Amino acid sequence: MGFRMLIAEDLKKYFGDVKAVDDVSFEIGDGEIVSLVGSNGAGKTTLVNLISGYLMPDTGKITFGDSDITYASAYKRIKVGVGRSFQGASLFETATVLDNVRTALFSRYGMIKRGLLPADRYADIRNEALEILNIFNISDKNNLSPKDLSEGDMKVLDVAIAFALKSKLLLLDEPTSGVATADKFKVMDTIVSAIRKENISTLIIEHDMDIVTDYSDRVLVMHEGKIIAEGKPNEIMESKDVLTTLFGIGD
Amino acid sequence: MWPIYILNGLYFAAVIFLISLGLNIILGVMGILNLAHGSLYAIGAFMAAWMIVALGEGAPMFLIYPSLLSGVVLAAFFGLFMEYFLIRPMYKRALEYQLLITFGALLLLEDVIKMIWGGEAYYASRPFDALGKIHILGNPYPAYFLLVMIMALIAGLLIWIFMFKTRIGVMLRAISLDREMATALGLNIHKMGTFAFVLGSALAGLAGALVVPTTAALLGFGMEPLILAFIVVVIGGLGSLKGALAGSLIVGQTRSIGIVLFPEIELALLFLIAAVILVAKPEGLFGR
Amino acid sequence: MGLKKVITRPKFIIYLFVILALLFLPRILSTFNLILFEYGLTFAIAVLGFNLLLGYTGLLSFGHGAFFAAGAYGVAMIAKYFPGLYSMEILIPSALLVSFIISAIFGFLCVRHTRIFFAILALALSMLVYALVFKFYYITGGSDGLSVKIPSMFGMTFEGIRRPQFLSGIYYYFLLGVFVFSFIIMKGIVNSPFGKALQALRDNELRAELIGIRVRRYRLYVFIISGMFTGLGGALWSFINGHVTPDVSHWVFSGEIVYMTLLGGFAIFEGPIIGAMIFTFLKLYAMGSTEYWMFIIGITIIILVLLLPTGIAGGFKKLADRIRE
Repeated sequence: MGFRMLIAEDLKKYFGDVKAVDDVSFEIGDGEIVSLVGSNGAGKTTLVNLISGYLMPDTGKITFGDSDITYASAYKRIKVGVGRSFQGASLFETATVLDNVRTALFSRYGMIKRGLLPADRYADIRNEALEILNIFNISDKNNLSPKDLSEGDMKVLDVAIAFALKSKLLLLDEPTSGVATADKFKVMDTIVSAIRKENISTLIIEHDMDIVTDYSDRVLVMHEGKIIAEGKPNEIMESKDVLTTLFGIGD
Repeated sequence: MWPIYILNGLYFAAVIFLISLGLNIILGVMGILNLAHGSLYAIGAFMAAWMIVALGEGAPMFLIYPSLLSGVVLAAFFGLFMEYFLIRPMYKRALEYQLLITFGALLLLEDVIKMIWGGEAYYASRPFDALGKIHILGNPYPAYFLLVMIMALIAGLLIWIFMFKTRIGVMLRAISLDREMATALGLNIHKMGTFAFVLGSALAGLAGALVVPTTAALLGFGMEPLILAFIVVVIGGLGSLKGALAGSLIVGQTRSIGIVLFPEIELALLFLIAAVILVAKPEGLFGR
Repeated sequence: MGLKKVITRPKFIIYLFVILALLFLPRILSTFNLILFEYGLTFAIAVLGFNLLLGYTGLLSFGHGAFFAAGAYGVAMIAKYFPGLYSMEILIPSALLVSFIISAIFGFLCVRHTRIFFAILALALSMLVYALVFKFYYITGGSDGLSVKIPSMFGMTFEGIRRPQFLSGIYYYFLLGVFVFSFIIMKGIVNSPFGKALQALRDNELRAELIGIRVRRYRLYVFIISGMFTGLGGALWSFINGHVTPDVSHWVFSGEIVYMTLLGGFAIFEGPIIGAMIFTFLKLYAMGSTEYWMFIIGITIIILVLLLPTGIAGGFKKLADRIRE
């Protein structure tokens, strides 16, 4: 397998009687794109929350690279390179598209505490922000407000912000939800080519099985808090058990 | 003397409880902090005092006591007015503007009180004097204070029953817990909001009316109770009825004992207690 | 952006005009109006700080009067207890120090909370200051307050000079200088990467945290900076007023600070300054016309909130945008 970017072992998160994450173990390799699929309520978002630090597990261990981040604060996890995007694009509404990315860059470079000049004077950072927007095909919209973007562009911007943090592991929560079907593949093409270019390990929560098949190296199937199957996309798609669990009897 | 201090503490607690209960109901159901709440308390006091004075020296006691309720009614009316003209248009606006408009209402009402009742002090001590003193553990204690405590207890109980056992009360609580869900369930938020606002204002008016026989109604006299009510809300937790009770008891007793032991810094002592509680539990004792 | 480009931008030319006009103001206005204008300038400095917290960071405090009082009483106490140190060069830094200390304490307690809780807590804390100033009357003068005589400035003393003369002379230029300096510093803060981070945390606290912005810590920094600006305003105000009383720490006064900011419009940098100026003259006019001036101010607040949500400067901006189209 080579270098493992993320190792999750025996993770458990219960909310009273609800076993949101029930003894989950998996790994993500260096530069690997893994899709996490399962019906609603299977525990996917909770799992991502555990990895990103929004929630702490009841038991289990999370290793990122060579550090144990099981109980590390969300802030610390960002600093070591875990980034995430959000299901409903979580953006900075009153800032320009450029500033959405640029502020993330300022944060990454520690400029927020040290920068004394007007933000616009930092030409390198501005250029880097434009480059990132370019990779995500929205650099021509850099002066607009996020409110003026299409649904697809908003999702792309959301990922761009996480990307700006030079994360080594990206957690993407349904990157194409809310995007018009015609645009879904365009959005995924943009996001995945940026990811591949930087060899970022990625975990994607996704419902659209076509997208899963086209873009993932591996798939994890979750159901009622447990991982019930794991393998390459075509293996999963051909597994009768998985299809029954996910889509009901006889799909 | 100690039983007296504790009783005084309970008396302060009773008055503050009524005020902060009103504040908390409005805060919980409508999400609005009414900065003019103290003015409604003052309006209750002035109205009750005026009514008693107007009835004259010779009026029988069975008329005097109920006339205190005139303060409740007027405060409720002003609350209704305020809600309709000032709060309802602000329903979708940002918090800052909501607070600012209630601040504007405060300034307005302070002068309205001046316009209606002038700048002098109103005294209406007959209800207080008439009850005389009771001996508690060998110490004479004004019975009127006990009456106030009983009234506050009754009011608290009625509100509790109302909130937890009646349909409207349950609806109000539903709205305060989750506004969107409540709307989705078809509850009429606007009508409920108005009701909550009027109820909260009536409670403030009741507190003012009950207090006025023990002291003079003066301009600006709603300010201090308002601040204490805020401290109760901070200590007890936003929108919580239990919190209003617990917070009032703490504030009342601290004030009573503080005035005796540390007269200069009794307010600072209160803040110290509040600060300790907040550091340990930032949402307040019973807050969400 | 090169210096040449900056100088030829329309905004810069407007600023230049305004500064030139301000330099000539003592010749145009009567002493009475000039002093009123100076009051406005001190409030303008205070609200510049306040708006960093409200407009740029999204936190509403109804307790900023406490910092205004910190600055004003800082000056007054030195006047009373350390007359040997009573010179402007010592007074201004002292006022900044006192307001720093108080805003650090308040900030630490308040920034763990948001929105309503934050507003109530700030309000309550400022009333604590108010109560303490009252209670410890033998130190602070209680409700009578303390007097603030004319200090020495940069080696010059003003024995025998009457206050109006001092205020319409050298003090005006000093105040103007401090105002311009404060304006430039605040502009710098707002345009810096830190300013961008503040706007991010105002817009989306959760995401800001997730891009590595330490929300609580930065809120505390902003609280302190805004407290210091307000304290500076208070100190400068005390020289004009000649007298400080506990009212400046009362929450109603804090409410006036909020009103000034919203009156001008909190979304625009210059908005609160305009609001402070207008309010100063408005309040005086109201107080002069009727004993029910609070009613008048209250009505203007209500009208403002209902009809002009973006404040006066905001209204002008909308007009300007429409004309541009």
